[in-house]
Amino acid sequence: MKNWTLKGLAAGKATTKWPASGENDGQDKLLGFPTFHPQDCRPACRECILKCPTRAFSTKTGVDDEESVALDYGRCINCQICVASCPTTALQSSSNLTFASKSRQDLVVDEGANSRENDELQSRVSSIFKGSLHVRHVDAGSCNGCESELQALSNPFYNLHRLGIFFTPSPRFADVLLVTGPVVPQMKGPLLRTYEAMPRPRFVIAGGTCPISGAPFDMGYSGGSGLEIHLPVDIFIPGCPPTPAAFIHGLLLLTDRINQRLHGGGYEQ
Amino acid sequence: MGTLVKVQVAASQLLNEARSLLQEGYRFQMAYLRYMGPVPEIVYLVDRGPNFEFLELTVRAETELPSLSDLVPLLSWYEREIMDLSDIIFTGNPEPFPLVLLEGMALTSLPFDPTSKEILQLFGDTTPPQLPEVLATQVQDLFWGPIRGDVLETGEFHFAYIGEEILHYTPRLFYKHRGIEQDLQQQDPESGVILAERVSGVGTICHGLAYCLAVEDALRLDVPRRAQLLRVILAEMERIYNNLHFFSMLSKTTTLKVGEAFGALLEERAKQINAQLTGHRFLRNVLAVGGLRRDLNADILPTILSNLQRDAIDYLDSLSVTQSYLDRLIGTGPLPADVAFDFGATGPVAHGSGIKRDLRVHHPYSMYERLSLEIPVRTGGDALARSQVRGEALISAFDLIRQATELLEPGEIAAASPTSQPELADGLGWTEGPRGSCFYAVRIRNGLLERVKIKSASFSNWKVFPLTVHSSNMMDYAINEASFGLTIAGADR
Ligand code: SF4
Ligand code: SF4
Repeated sequence: MKNWTLKGLAAGKATTKWPASGENDGQDKLLGFPTFHPQDCRPACRECILKCPTRAFSTKTGVDDEESVALDYGRCINCQICVASCPTTALQSSSNLTFASKSRQDLVVDEGANSRENDELQSRVSSIFKGSLHVRHVDAGSCNGCESELQALSNPFYNLHRLGIFFTPSPRFADVLLVTGPVVPQMKGPLLRTYEAMPRPRFVIAGGTCPISGAPFDMGYSGGSGLEIHLPVDIFIPGCPPTPAAFIHGLLLLTDRINQRLHGGGYEQ
Repeated sequence: MGTLVKVQVAASQLLNEARSLLQEGYRFQMAYLRYMGPVPEIVYLVDRGPNFEFLELTVRAETELPSLSDLVPLLSWYEREIMDLSDIIFTGNPEPFPLVLLEGMALTSLPFDPTSKEILQLFGDTTPPQLPEVLATQVQDLFWGPIRGDVLETGEFHFAYIGEEILHYTPRLFYKHRGIEQDLQQQDPESGVILAERVSGVGTICHGLAYCLAVEDALRLDVPRRAQLLRVILAEMERIYNNLHFFSMLSKTTTLKVGEAFGALLEERAKQINAQLTGHRFLRNVLAVGGLRRDLNADILPTILSNLQRDAIDYLDSLSVTQSYLDRLIGTGPLPADVAFDFGATGPVAHGSGIKRDLRVHHPYSMYERLSLEIPVRTGGDALARSQVRGEALISAFDLIRQATELLEPGEIAAASPTSQPELADGLGWTEGPRGSCFYAVRIRNGLLERVKIKSASFSNWKVFPLTVHSSNMMDYAINEASFGLTIAGADR
């Protein structure tokens, strides 16, 4: 007979101190979102637009009739294809992954546009949830990659409970609805019924690129175009899937316990 | 060698043909709808035994076709999916109600029909399912889902039970149906891998690789040796973290808290090693049609994996002497070998019921024929047997990575582009993933994907699972489900 208690004690502590202190967020060697500096683009180059599988790039014409390229991280699945296609240094691989944002606009790299941080949410949430946060997760058509990382939040390395964040079985006890997947047609009804069952105030997190824009499943008869057309979204966590650290960053951002790092598509190291 | 032998039969001959194939000991793998111009046909994929080409049996689809489900029970779900997505009816299908499109939902037109000009959309709201009538008194109904506790995939489960005994169990999946097969239509074959990698997140490699192999088969691409071996390493890395997850979940359902935590931590370490190797915790964004997108430094693996292997063995050893854990697994969810065979069980579920089939051995791909591999088998058919074959598969994955690393030599990692494009080309690709067999059948016309059929391991095993739940105990349900190690995303697509 195995004594698991002793085995557990002998194994010692496996939990990272991040984000309170230390750097060990478990993200070593991961490839993050590409950095984009449109000012370095070759004139009239369209390589990334043609190659990106999720149509994350778009063009727009400025006041001086100059066309510029914008990148929407809300459609980006970190596939790194654009980096390989870029003939200049405008697109580069990075290790930046904690991209959670309070506003959809902050996910867009767009020359000239300003960051519009959602200050209203900031004051609303932080006054309510001092101690703990209860999260109801809904899978609205994910590939299960996002679930796998949400489950990883409870492993001894990340140990989400230490941060006072808990997943609840019932929407009735939930403060936050965390949605994964693009919201496919057959999940729309169950999703909305879950939201209706939540007490107020209630907040919504789009966890992963899928629920932000539907990409890469925003096509066909049974795709979805994300959460925003169905529910008001408070926090956007792009990634395919977001890493556990990116999920934690997003959950802490909701309660103003951590700073947003992405503003107007630019990432603060 | 090609992968496919093609045979066409008339609808009137279908039943006879199926009977004679079964007499040969052949096994049906899947069935799907494909159009040849405006003409719909049903394609049956048949395994003729180790190292033989697969048989593709096609029958021109009329509005009514005889169901093969009585002869080949595993085909029932394929027939139901075809009935949901087309006008075709399989007469005699034993469970002729909706499968993929849930009650309350409807399509504006038909997904695979090239003659349809309507805009294609799925609309409506799900309504309660049609359930078999249970003729007994004092039967209680329990619906669990579609949104369940914790962080779980969406699925709805119905139990008809008396006291502790489950009389009848019906899983209602496909809430998550994304229509990926249709999304892939008209894409260029190279970019399709991005979606294939995202059919099932924890099956990124088994799906992505089966897709690449299918396209490479159709376009006759020769994948360089180094890329083939690195693909084996990726596939076995996927097996490692998935099986560690499996033991963590099995510990959880047997209320072995520390065992659950140990498994979860080992899984986390495995995912972090995935990241070291590929830059992605699920090994994404490396596979490409023709090989790999970039070379990988596998030299780092022997050292980092040896620690993980040692701790994984120690973990499995500890579990194997934990009486409370073993007691809950012994005799739970028994699956006899003939039922496993007829209903299509695959991977560890089949291996636990004494069926010794593994595509890596019987239809080797990507240089598995150069590696030595024992298929783990148990005859118990219960949760214990399923966990034991998982444990052996986990340990053998480390060994396979070592073997593949030793064979690695510097070299190319991508095939040369094909010089000419055939107007029409069919290809078949398959992998043995952590949960069992995964098949991709592709048809490429004029350089674009015309039809892609995806068969995931979980689609097969979900069909089998309910048979082990009927007449079982409520208390054992979660353990039994964990012992099957199913995912929903891959089945739903
Ligand atoms: S990394 Fe993002 S932006 Fe670049 S090609 Fe991939 S999805 Fe598009
Ligand atoms: S964002 Fe990516 S990982 Fe998450 S569910 Fe969507 S496809 Fe899967």
